[in-house]
Amino acid sequence: MTPFQYARANDVADAIKQIATDPSAKFIAGGTNLIDLIKYDVEGPSRLIDISHLPLRSIEPTSAGGVLIGAMVPNTDLAYHPLIEGRYPLLSRAILSGASQQLRNMASTGGNLLQRTRCFYYYDTATPCNKREPGSGCSAIDGVNRINAILGTSEACIATHPSDMCVALAALEATVHVTGPAGARTIAFADFHRLPGNTPQRDTNLEPDEIITAIELPPKGFSANYSYLKIRDRLSYAFALVSVAAALELDGDTIKEARLALGGVAHKPWRSSAAEAALLGQRADATAFAKAADWLLHGAKGYGHNNFKIGLARRAIIRTLDQAARGTPQSNSDKKIR
Amino acid sequence: MASHIGSATSRVDGRAKVTGEAKYAGEFNVPGLVHGYVVESTIPKGRIVRIDTSGALEVDGVIDVLTHRNRPQMADKDDAYKDEVATEKGSPYRPLYDDIVLFSGQPLALVLAEDWETARVAASLVKVEYEKAPHITDLHAERANAYAIDKPEKPRGDAERAFASAALRHEAEYFIPTEHHNPMELFASTAIWDNGQLTVYDKTQGVQNVQQYLCSVFKMKPDAVRVMSPYMGGGFGSGLRPQYQVVLAVLAARALNRPVRVMLSRAQMYALGHRPATIERLALGANSDGTLDAMTHEAIAVTSQFEEFARNDTGWGNLLYKSPNAKFEHKLVKLDVPTSCDMRAPGAATGVYALECAMDELAVALKMDPVQLRLQCYSDRDQGADIPYTSKQLRECYRQGAAAFGWDKRTAEPRSMREGSDLVGWGMASGVWEALQMPATVRIVLTANGHAEVATAASDIGTGTYTIMAQVAADMLGLPIDSINVKLGDSTLPQCPLEGGSWIASSVCNAIANTARAVRGDLLKLAIGMKDSPLAGAGVDDVALIDGKIVSKRDATRAVSIASAMQSGNADRITREEANKVAEDKSHARNVHSAIFAEVKVDEQLGVIRVTRVVNAVAAGRILNPKTAHSQVMGGVVWGIGMALHEETLFDHRFGRVMNANIAEYHVPVHADVHDIKVIFVDEPDEIVNPLGIKGLGEIGIVGVAAAIANAVYHATGKRVRDLPITLDKVVQFN
Ligand SMILES: Cc1cc2nc3c(=O)[nH]c(=O)nc-3n(C[C@H](O)[C@H](O)[C@H](O)COP(=O)(O)OP(=O)(O)OC[C@H]3O[C@@H](n4cnc5c(N)ncnc54)[C@H](O)[C@@H]3O)c2cc1C
Ligand code: SF4
Repeated sequence: MTPFQYARANDVADAIKQIATDPSAKFIAGGTNLIDLIKYDVEGPSRLIDISHLPLRSIEPTSAGGVLIGAMVPNTDLAYHPLIEGRYPLLSRAILSGASQQLRNMASTGGNLLQRTRCFYYYDTATPCNKREPGSGCSAIDGVNRINAILGTSEACIATHPSDMCVALAALEATVHVTGPAGARTIAFADFHRLPGNTPQRDTNLEPDEIITAIELPPKGFSANYSYLKIRDRLSYAFALVSVAAALELDGDTIKEARLALGGVAHKPWRSSAAEAALLGQRADATAFAKAADWLLHGAKGYGHNNFKIGLARRAIIRTLDQAARGTPQSNSDKKIR
Repeated sequence: MASHIGSATSRVDGRAKVTGEAKYAGEFNVPGLVHGYVVESTIPKGRIVRIDTSGALEVDGVIDVLTHRNRPQMADKDDAYKDEVATEKGSPYRPLYDDIVLFSGQPLALVLAEDWETARVAASLVKVEYEKAPHITDLHAERANAYAIDKPEKPRGDAERAFASAALRHEAEYFIPTEHHNPMELFASTAIWDNGQLTVYDKTQGVQNVQQYLCSVFKMKPDAVRVMSPYMGGGFGSGLRPQYQVVLAVLAARALNRPVRVMLSRAQMYALGHRPATIERLALGANSDGTLDAMTHEAIAVTSQFEEFARNDTGWGNLLYKSPNAKFEHKLVKLDVPTSCDMRAPGAATGVYALECAMDELAVALKMDPVQLRLQCYSDRDQGADIPYTSKQLRECYRQGAAAFGWDKRTAEPRSMREGSDLVGWGMASGVWEALQMPATVRIVLTANGHAEVATAASDIGTGTYTIMAQVAADMLGLPIDSINVKLGDSTLPQCPLEGGSWIASSVCNAIANTARAVRGDLLKLAIGMKDSPLAGAGVDDVALIDGKIVSKRDATRAVSIASAMQSGNADRITREEANKVAEDKSHARNVHSAIFAEVKVDEQLGVIRVTRVVNAVAAGRILNPKTAHSQVMGGVVWGIGMALHEETLFDHRFGRVMNANIAEYHVPVHADVHDIKVIFVDEPDEIVNPLGIKGLGEIGIVGVAAAIANAVYHATGKRVRDLPITLDKVVQFN
């Protein structure tokens, strides 16, 4: 652990100014990930800029018919907000399947996007890890990799992005609002997280001197036919081995629109336009779901301990689509898989 | 007055615990307290070439950094480090002793600072240079080098021949990975050094064990060292042996001449003892009627390179089942890890898991109901020693457990019970543990105001020792329970063994009975000395203490109040100290038993397992307090669920390191994994085991639970998983 300075940011402009003057400073929101990383000596910021008091805590309808979520909205508040529960229940369920109530109370919307991987080696400074120390090697490829990725991996890194919330945001095609020294800009959710490639140390396309101010949801919430199914090594309070966010728009039995995203399998929430296209105009049945699953898992590769994830993901995709089509989304309290 | 023994009394220390009044080892504050933070090795084997502490020493607030080079003197002989539960063979680990690295996570330096945060920051600046040596941490890879230790039980007949010619055979290997205790409370010691007097607040299951250990390591006189552990936030065996932080705290306190606290981090606790990874091989040969003809149980377990830790994994079949031919073997594999240690029901949790899975497999082969098979092989005698039991109501456990569970509605065929997309499985297993008693002494101080202090050096590790002792003392002294003050966890109190093995309840409660009898004798003497005493001529066993009075058992109207007896004799207090009597009697086997029934629901497609119901029927002699007893067994069942489905310390053998050294990634059951748990206590009067008929029940709750669940998973899915934990990818073939 290294000592650090602590300062509060007064407003967004102040936050950006503060981070610009000190490249080794870090924003801190709920702290549920960053503090752990500091304790493990993975992160050693010279200064923590506390953004948790910034006035970014509202959840409001937009003129476009969507919803704008402030970056400091705690995960709990977001999950239980009537607008979200009513119009975007997929997001609500995804959030509530993650972490614990206590963590969700602390965790912020912006911080959730920027949480780091749970790859064991990333947290153990005694082992090589390209994400933590570029060029040192990837211990997971031939190591304990049950929780690692099967899609979009590189020789440099096979880590996953561990968030549940982001899987739903990817499926819902949210937009990330950020502000930096050059002003505000938006990033489509699909472009926000990166694949590891040769630069696994970079998880996202957010610049180090930028701050997330809000997440915007488009009007469409798929509140009739959706489901979030999370498969893990115990029934709660564990990261996903595989999770699936499915959202359908049906006309009778026919699929008019489909969104499908996977969690726990890649460096970012995993989507495939081919998979979603394959569902369009099809009858919502097992055959169509299986085809979509095959498309979504196209090119999947196991690394030993995590080989099973490919088959598990395939079945989970089919099951989640079925839950969505039937209008019986997976419950978070009753752990029986519907 | 209603009897306290046997009543569901709430914890007498409950209020102190929930209000934070109860203090734990890392919470005793003294002025000028120095905080120590441990720097641990990142390699599993080798030598320290250099430790550069200069960076740490430059940090403001750092007082010193202790290493093997500059530490104060401590004993150098192996024997000085042997505590009460040290392994017979080997040399105990000596913290900061020399430059040899024996396991990853070994403490190499202790940074001492004015506050804990500073110590932690400075610790990250200590640079260690190693000379690495080739290491091995994988049991499977090293299996060929397993060596047999003293056989746990004598063989009978010719198990191999009988197995070869048996009508039905089952032979298989089962595997239990390394598991860690993960008590909520972090290991901590606060050492106060005051002019040659040492007071230590330590997280330990045995204050006198730590006291003797410290005397020996630091060559101190017994009356110069006092160790206290009034409360403990979970031990489960991890606190039986003195852990290294207590040595470091004392070392530092002596070096600095200041009070020092050393608290370990969660991650550092993964370099303490653990349940050893174990391979269990079972070979059962049966006649077609389901009686056993051959039983072979072999265990291969992990120990460290420097100590030989082994527990009885294989002998349990002798206590449960008749078999004319039997063979047992225990082997060890030495790896570059810390020495394994006791963890809830050591030996039995692992050995009985394997045995009871094997029995289930045999039942399948015989096409026989698993309960029926157990009854068919039921043994009324300890087969190894060929002696009867003091009591054994295991038949009744099977009967009551099965009835409560509804076992008769089970259909035998695997995959035959379904509920929508779930496969439903019902499995059962037996459990067995020992009913031990150890020598213990209890002091009672009865004061004229009708209060009694009951004291012994036991630790209440969270099981409810304070409460049951208050109950027993209240009954024996005829006082309200509120008038009893139990004092524990202080090495200066009368002798008491470590709290472990489920022996404390029987040991201390029988000691209370003996001490109370002595107090009663004193009171009777005073009463008889009174003018016209109604108790004249009575002996100590002719009277009882009831409702504050000394009462003749023959004629309840003949009574003298305790207060007036003491007043007339001018006694403001009566102090007595007596021990329990531990019989050397080997004529009977002393055991507790259980039958566990479990229901699982497994999603057929995805393999997700839910343990929806567990019934654990336990026969453990007299149940002193159904409430705390229920909690003990329920906790054991929850742990059994974890053992079956979740727990595994994951090593990367290339680095010889534990990769999931935190409780986010080392999985134990959470609320969602725990459903309906029913605990039944089968009536089991026992006049032989000890005068109060107490058998103890800390360990029994977990024994057999993992087997019942594994057997249920098989019944649900038709898939036999023989290596724990049973994760979904082992149940369903996904690719
Ligand atoms: C034991 C445990 C279990 C968990 N289980 C799950 C789970 O099952 N599913 C799941 O999805 N998550 C899980 N989490 C992760 C949790 O959701 C994240 O830690 C949390 O969302 C992070 O939010 P935070 O506000 O606390 O972030 P912080 O820790 O404060 O910050 C994280 C990172 O984001 C940066 N940051 C924060 N906000 C902003 C901003 N507005 N702009 C720019 N940078 C910012 C910080 O500088 C930091 O680098 C778990 C966490 C723990 C500790
Ligand atoms: S997978 Fe990525 S995070 Fe994990 S060890 Fe390899 S480089 Fe590091």
